[in-house]
Amino acid sequence: MMPSGDRSAESGEGLNRPAENASLLEVENLRVTFGGTAAVRGISLKVEKGETHCLVGESGCGKSVTSLAVMGLLARGGKREAERLAFAGTDIRNYGEREMSRLRGDRMAMIFQEPMTSLNPAYTVGSQMTEVLRRHRGTPRAQAVDRAAELLGRVGITAPGLRLGQYPHQLSGGLRQRVMIAMALMCDPELLIADEPTTALDVTVQAQILRLLAGIQKELGLGILLITHDLGVVARIADRVSVMYAGEVVESGPTAELFGDPQHPYTRGLLTCIPVPGKVKRDEPLGSIPGIVPRIPPGYVGCAFRDRCPHAHAECSGEIPRRAAGPGHEVLCTLPAGWPEGRMGRQAA
Amino acid sequence: MSGAPAIEVRGLRRVFHVRQGLFAPPRQVVAVDDVSFAVPAGSVLGVVGESGCGKSTLARMILGLLPPSAGEVLVDGRRLSEMDRRARARLIQPVFQDPFSSLNPRRRVRDIVAMPLVAQGSISRAEIARRVEESLSRVGLSTEQGTRFPSQLSGGQRQRVAIARALVLRPRIVVCDEPTSALDVSVQAQILNLLAELRRELGLTYLFISHNLAVVEHVASEVAVMYLGRIVETNESEALFAEPRHPYTRALLASVLTPEPGLGVPDVGLGDTMPDPANIPGGCRFHPRCPLAFERCPVEAPRTTPNGAGFVECHLAETA
Ligand SMILES: Nc1ncnc2c1ncn2[C@@H]1O[C@H](COP(=O)(O)OP(=O)(O)OP(=O)(O)O)[C@@H](O)[C@H]1O
Ligand SMILES: Nc1ncnc2c1ncn2[C@@H]1O[C@H](COP(=O)(O)OP(=O)(O)OP(=O)(O)O)[C@@H](O)[C@H]1O
Ligand code: SF4
Ligand SMILES: [Mg+2]
Ligand SMILES: [Mg+2]
Repeated sequence: MMPSGDRSAESGEGLNRPAENASLLEVENLRVTFGGTAAVRGISLKVEKGETHCLVGESGCGKSVTSLAVMGLLARGGKREAERLAFAGTDIRNYGEREMSRLRGDRMAMIFQEPMTSLNPAYTVGSQMTEVLRRHRGTPRAQAVDRAAELLGRVGITAPGLRLGQYPHQLSGGLRQRVMIAMALMCDPELLIADEPTTALDVTVQAQILRLLAGIQKELGLGILLITHDLGVVARIADRVSVMYAGEVVESGPTAELFGDPQHPYTRGLLTCIPVPGKVKRDEPLGSIPGIVPRIPPGYVGCAFRDRCPHAHAECSGEIPRRAAGPGHEVLCTLPAGWPEGRMGRQAA
Repeated sequence: MSGAPAIEVRGLRRVFHVRQGLFAPPRQVVAVDDVSFAVPAGSVLGVVGESGCGKSTLARMILGLLPPSAGEVLVDGRRLSEMDRRARARLIQPVFQDPFSSLNPRRRVRDIVAMPLVAQGSISRAEIARRVEESLSRVGLSTEQGTRFPSQLSGGQRQRVAIARALVLRPRIVVCDEPTSALDVSVQAQILNLLAELRRELGLTYLFISHNLAVVEHVASEVAVMYLGRIVETNESEALFAEPRHPYTRALLASVLTPEPGLGVPDVGLGDTMPDPANIPGGCRFHPRCPLAFERCPVEAPRTTPNGAGFVECHLAETA
């Protein structure tokens, strides 16, 4: 076992020694099942130091489960398997709860989709924020309070003194979200997994928080895995994007490439249903992808999008190849590279 | 049908007393400050504004879930405070921001959806089962999903449950507080199309709170922009988006992140400090952050100036 508080001990010995320029987070062929439901079906992704990797995709496609699996926080009944799950070059697949909880909130922090998952209604904001520092670093109370107040200020909360004394239910949704962001940053993490961190926020605050995260990222080389359904946010801050569908990454690539030359029919569909101010007409239906994500039993074969895909054909029920579509750009689809726009029949509108 | 507005609020105000510490005197947070407006039946009032500006507080007062400190709420021409719970529930229903905490984790989806019907006390079991089923399929949930617990659904599926529950009593008015903010765009499009369809078919009126301006522009016929507890600008949706008058409204519109890679995140010049709701600035409450503020702004509160179908509260609009 590792002595507490000694980070260097985590490098371990032999095979598990982190490589000099290892990715901050490496996930290879991650699978998560809940009884008869395969929630995540073989996901691979990397987050480099200083990089923002965005995870987008339909509701229920497994984004939160992916991040919870990485953090070792799956709900009861969830089973995780992976070929590799490495943080800063160290494989953490066999970490027990004690080792994981030493990492969590310290070197890897998470902002949860449901603020109340990480905020305890029985304690004030101040005591929860300072607890993180006291537990991981043994920081004296007064110093921890200063740090908490400073971070609340940085996420744009005035009168931090007032907020530190309040209970979570006394805060608006947006304030809670900002408290969670500040709390995640208490220990200067190396990796931040943020599940819809700005969803509850209005646009001006969102812009402010995203600028703040970008600043901290530059300062500390923070790697960010950001889950969001807001393609506007993705376009503006992501270095790389992975598009998930029904537990798989169906397309991934550098941001400009993915928006400029989307290959998967699902990605293309997504990009057509964004309401853009000035372009949407009221009382006219928005473009949408009909149908819902199917429930996928373990052992499912074929493209999970085929029931909703306007271009599905016989091959789509077999093994689907992952094909390269450009530098760092991959697609999980049977359609050939540069498949004709003409086949996008339904997207005329 | 009466010609009364579906929702009317007059001089609505809500103050919270927040304790700072054991010995410090409690501070006053004026979450909603003298707000008046009317929503005609069948229309959609979009409410936008900064986090903490009082949108949810306003919504909770209109739903009768929170008593106002002053002013009154009329729903369908009747005083909310004089209505009994069941009558209120048949008239106006909520869909909340956070589908996790608004759904009882210990109940199955179909029982959650049935709750408003059960609370009416007079509806037969068979009728309840039928209407629950109808409501679930309306929002695209299967019978099997109806037997699950909320924790076994994704965030988006849970929000459908909340909408199914709101619709099951066939109310006239639905107050939606960030109903699609937890959903990805394709499901959001489905839900917005569904809400629009339901509105047309059932003649519903919506109060629609969202921070997504593109969504508000799409669904709302009127828009109210809130800042620190007050409505600083309202207008018909088209006019407001085409010609925003208040500097805050303009900043809001400029903050929208369109899906164009490489543009980065704009700094719209509002500064980095957020306002303190317990210490509302004198004069125009927006003046410390306003890029256009001039001498009068810190000393004198702007009047409510008529503008199009609505109004705007800014000194620049008074003189224009
Ligand atoms: N505890 C659980 N038990 C059973 N199934 C679960 C559990 N948690 C999640 N699931 C299922 O796993 C799938 C993935 O869920 P997840 O929460 O990761 O979706 P998501 O991509 O985060 O969606 P959203 O955008 O709505 O948040 C869903 O089908 C969900 O129903
Ligand atoms: N129960 C409460 N006790 C004390 N203060 C409260 C309470 N509820 C709300 N407030 C305060 O009232 C103000 C308005 O909060 P409200 O939740 O209405 O904001 P909002 O506009 O809905 O924000 P968001 O977009 O973040 O949801 C905030 O300053 C909030 O802290
Ligand atoms: S009144 Fe002055 S401070 Fe207020 S919005 Fe108008 S210009 Fe800005
Ligand atoms: Mg999620
Ligand atoms: Mg709110």
